[in-house]
Amino acid sequence: MNHLSSETFRENARAALADTQLRGALKNATSLFGERRKSAAASLPNWEDLRSQARAIKDDVLSHLDRYLEKFVSEAEARGAKIHWARDAAEANAIICKLTAERQARIVVKSKSMTTEETHLNDALEAAGLQVVETDLGEYIIQLADEPPSHIIAPAIHKTRGQIAELFTAELGMPPTDDVAKLTNTARITLRDRFAAADVGISGVNFAIAETGTIVMVENEGNIRLTTSLPRLHIAVMGIEKVIPRFADLDVFLKLLPRSGTGQRLTTYQSFITGTKRRATDEGPEELHILLLDNGRSRMLAHPVTRQSLACIRCGACLNACPVYQQVGGHAYGSVYPGPIGAVITPQLMGIEKTAQLPYASSLCGACREVCPVKIDIPRLLLHLRGEISERKGSAAERVAFKLWSRLMMSPRLYKLSSVAGRLLQRIVPIAPAWTKGRDLRPIEARSFHDLWPIK
Amino acid sequence: MKVALFVTCLVDQMWTSIGVSSVEVLRRVGCEVEFDQRQTCCAQPAYNTGYLNEARPVAQRFISIFEESNADAIVSPSGSCTAMVRHYPQLFAGDSEWLPRAQAIAAKTHELSSFLVRVLKIEDVGASWKGKVTWHDACHGLRDLNVKHEPRTLIRHVRGAEFVEMDHADTCCGFGGTFSVKYPEISVAILDQKIDAIERAGVQAVVSGDASCLMQIGGRLSRKGSKVRVMHLAELLSHR
Repeated sequence: MNHLSSETFRENARAALADTQLRGALKNATSLFGERRKSAAASLPNWEDLRSQARAIKDDVLSHLDRYLEKFVSEAEARGAKIHWARDAAEANAIICKLTAERQARIVVKSKSMTTEETHLNDALEAAGLQVVETDLGEYIIQLADEPPSHIIAPAIHKTRGQIAELFTAELGMPPTDDVAKLTNTARITLRDRFAAADVGISGVNFAIAETGTIVMVENEGNIRLTTSLPRLHIAVMGIEKVIPRFADLDVFLKLLPRSGTGQRLTTYQSFITGTKRRATDEGPEELHILLLDNGRSRMLAHPVTRQSLACIRCGACLNACPVYQQVGGHAYGSVYPGPIGAVITPQLMGIEKTAQLPYASSLCGACREVCPVKIDIPRLLLHLRGEISERKGSAAERVAFKLWSRLMMSPRLYKLSSVAGRLLQRIVPIAPAWTKGRDLRPIEARSFHDLWPIK
Repeated sequence: MKVALFVTCLVDQMWTSIGVSSVEVLRRVGCEVEFDQRQTCCAQPAYNTGYLNEARPVAQRFISIFEESNADAIVSPSGSCTAMVRHYPQLFAGDSEWLPRAQAIAAKTHELSSFLVRVLKIEDVGASWKGKVTWHDACHGLRDLNVKHEPRTLIRHVRGAEFVEMDHADTCCGFGGTFSVKYPEISVAILDQKIDAIERAGVQAVVSGDASCLMQIGGRLSRKGSKVRVMHLAELLSHR
């Protein structure tokens, strides 16, 4: 798969900026999502209250996560679900591979799940000899293209209709067309067949309700409904932060999530799954396994500043609102979680060694914080991570420069001297080539404001 | 009212007319303006790049200098630097000596337009300027200080000026401090969206509350040979 690395963010971004098709697709999609979100939010007069309530619920969950998880697990088990705990991606994939192997499964259908993207589950299942079929249309498209998702809720956001048509012609052998209905129908026919043949359905989870042991998933295509009901075995994969206390809390989250994500009042489907079927004659899978994944989350939980990163409900609104994401798209980040929240989560999940560029990939404009339905202060978290990076990994030259800067700013005499030096220097050499490549630079004033004071 | 001017290092070094205009406007509305020659920078460049140990002494110095003043308010022609001062308490969390001092200074510091409209309750400063103008919402003023209506109100009261709201006025110009030189290509790509919106608005001038955004926008306009000029709100308001 064409996985870019976070280590080469700068180069990835440059390549993205040169891709006019990508930028056209991004501009259309992010502005459409952005406008829809805005009007959907405006349709609720108590939007700000809902955001505060959602955050308060998440804060409560994150302060007592152990308790809520125990409650969720005991309620789900009491209703027939089997629970698995995975410390990291490798453990999660091993558990799932074992479950499928024990049942001699051959075909797995999956609904969209960022958590299984995070663990690279498909690679593990394919290595174990299984056929894996993504059934969300966007995920299906990028699976055919052998690409990672580039957006949390719209994985193929980077592709134009024309590119998808070409892909379908090449991979599915359909006659060339850019008729969306025909393209969708071809995918639908292919996927229906896989649904019927699948032994295992793997889904993600949007919310896990502690009170009742229920898992909740929202979607528009009906593929989650099929994934979780047709195959005999359903495996739901969730990060440990997905638990919420009460069923009634959904009132808040089901108002915020679809409006923030796609600008919908409600998604077409909401699936609530509480345990396994009660009678043999009931419909639905025979087994429900719920896998709870840590993979760095308890580390994030332990830190009082970064803890709020776990409040994220994966709506993708911050991606659409981010001026950087709007220009470079998701692949440039080299992470399954791109955009502002990705630049916060990725270094925490994967460590800062290889991801140190991401927290700097922001102008700190705050548009992400403004749209976040759970009020995550993303700029503050980016600054916090920048602090960690500058201490542990920052460039030596930059550190020296800021030490010198600090010295200059502490002394009016040195500050004045440096400004005189700057004035002279700018006559001899271009002082900011990174700036002047695309922009003219105002010259330093011949007399500073300090020099002009007192002003008559 | 007695006002201590924090002119900002950027205005001090790169765009002194913003400082001069600020003084003129503040005096015109009846303020007595003082300027402490010891002031330098608010510490934002280091803070935003993650060098908190380098930022902290610069912030402490700012606090100490302005604590000595008996002015009623500290006023700055920058939303971004004002927002930085308002963030000082975050730099001194858990520090029983510096936290209350940081909080006191933060509470006293105001961005120019919000000082005029919210504190002094003045909407018309007696300015005049002929032509169409639009307003660029600088991000920190807008989102950290909630400065949105104040500059628009002030501009609407400038005689001869026709205010035009441009598309996406509240979208970032791509400056972002060190971001503009760490990722210059992305910075300019974001900027070009802003430039398009300005050109579409058909104005003679784009006005904003931060010299940094104006350097970014102005630098691109001038590179493209555009006739649109950039102007700080203080410059517009001082014009008569």
